[in-house]
Amino acid sequence: MQQIIIYIFKNSTKVLFLLLFTLALILTIQNHSYHRSSVINSANKFSGGVYEKVNSVNEYFLLKSENEALARENARLKSLLFNQTDSLIQNTKKKWNDQMYEVSRCKVIQNSYNNFNNILTLNAGKKIGVEPEMGVINHQGIIGVVEKTSDNYATVVSILNTKNQINSKVKHSNHFGIISWNGKNTGYVQITDLPRLATVKKGDTIVTSQSLYFPEGIPIGAIDKIYTDNKTNYYTVDVRLFNDMTNLGYVYVIKNYHKQEIENLQKESILK
Amino acid sequence: MTQDNLIQIFRFIFFWLLQVLIFSKINLFGYINPYPYLLFMLLFPIGSSKNFLLITSFLLGLTLDVFLNTGGIHAGSSVLLAWMRENYLKFSFGLNYQYQSVKFFEKINSELFSYLLLGIATHHLCMFLLEIFSFTLVFSILARTLWSSLFTFVICIGFIQLMKPTKK
Repeated sequence: MQQIIIYIFKNSTKVLFLLLFTLALILTIQNHSYHRSSVINSANKFSGGVYEKVNSVNEYFLLKSENEALARENARLKSLLFNQTDSLIQNTKKKWNDQMYEVSRCKVIQNSYNNFNNILTLNAGKKIGVEPEMGVINHQGIIGVVEKTSDNYATVVSILNTKNQINSKVKHSNHFGIISWNGKNTGYVQITDLPRLATVKKGDTIVTSQSLYFPEGIPIGAIDKIYTDNKTNYYTVDVRLFNDMTNLGYVYVIKNYHKQEIENLQKESILK
Repeated sequence: MTQDNLIQIFRFIFFWLLQVLIFSKINLFGYINPYPYLLFMLLFPIGSSKNFLLITSFLLGLTLDVFLNTGGIHAGSSVLLAWMRENYLKFSFGLNYQYQSVKFFEKINSELFSYLLLGIATHHLCMFLLEIFSFTLVFSILARTLWSSLFTFVICIGFIQLMKPTKK
């Protein structure tokens, strides 16, 4: 025992180095595993506060493009408003579907897109009802899924994250596939398991399918390239995102009221 | 609290702020970022305790990780660089670097160049390995290391040039 202590004192630098390096490794590995991730993240009061300050300065430079985006969104909503004919009748029929989703608006205060595992920070947290595993979209398409929340801030696993897997489908045919990112180009994501039975062509729109995180039909992107592989029965497809992930401002967080119910049901089904 | 310590504290905050606010947002050609905060480790006073250097560089890396959402990659690579620094000093400035009191700002010569390049390459390689965490993307790791290292090197030379005390 004494000798061990003497050894440690003699090599204190080496021991310290190994200790700190292992600590860093553990933090890294924790960050790489998907759902239990990050003891350390920017959804805390201190870093969130700093990013908020920085963002309030940056915002001035983006006022113009943000205004344009809002105007476009307004136009789209107006066209929806003018085009609705008998939606009231439909609504009364679909009463079970009433208030399945709630949408709240917030802002990206820290964007990141140059890593393999990109994580964004939002200026909305538990106080206004943002919880982990809620979907995040903006007017052009999907952005990601909320990962961690604090009182006033939340982190989001961006769609540009190699860990991300989001259910999607081809808009016109209901063939499902899972969206992932290969870490190469910020403008493109990949679908690796689209069945060969699906008839797809370049330019087809990919939207989200109904899932725990997202309602059906939120645009993701358009098919850019289709690779066929003779060994498997699946297409690999490059999807060009509608969103410019390098330029994000206001976003919407979607709360699914039925999420708990669906999860419980699925858990029970797996157990039995 | 000597003047030397104050300078180190100042550098800690200075490099940390610059990294979070500016250098991590450059994204040249989409993904190339410089990480000049490693100058904190490289320019640490030579005589001071190695344990102290290890702890401060770990803290610097960790605070960066908190802000950049990167787990522990900056902490890990900073600690590695702090650990390897002694060997690089020996390699670049000769065996008895301690006695001839190396002055980093004296003049920019080939010894300083090799010291910087070794340090930057170690740090960046470790960082990108930890970030990507798989050997399947080995070319991507090497490419990122190469380009980011060059970028960091240029910025570092700029910093050293700026920090050079003016001669009277």
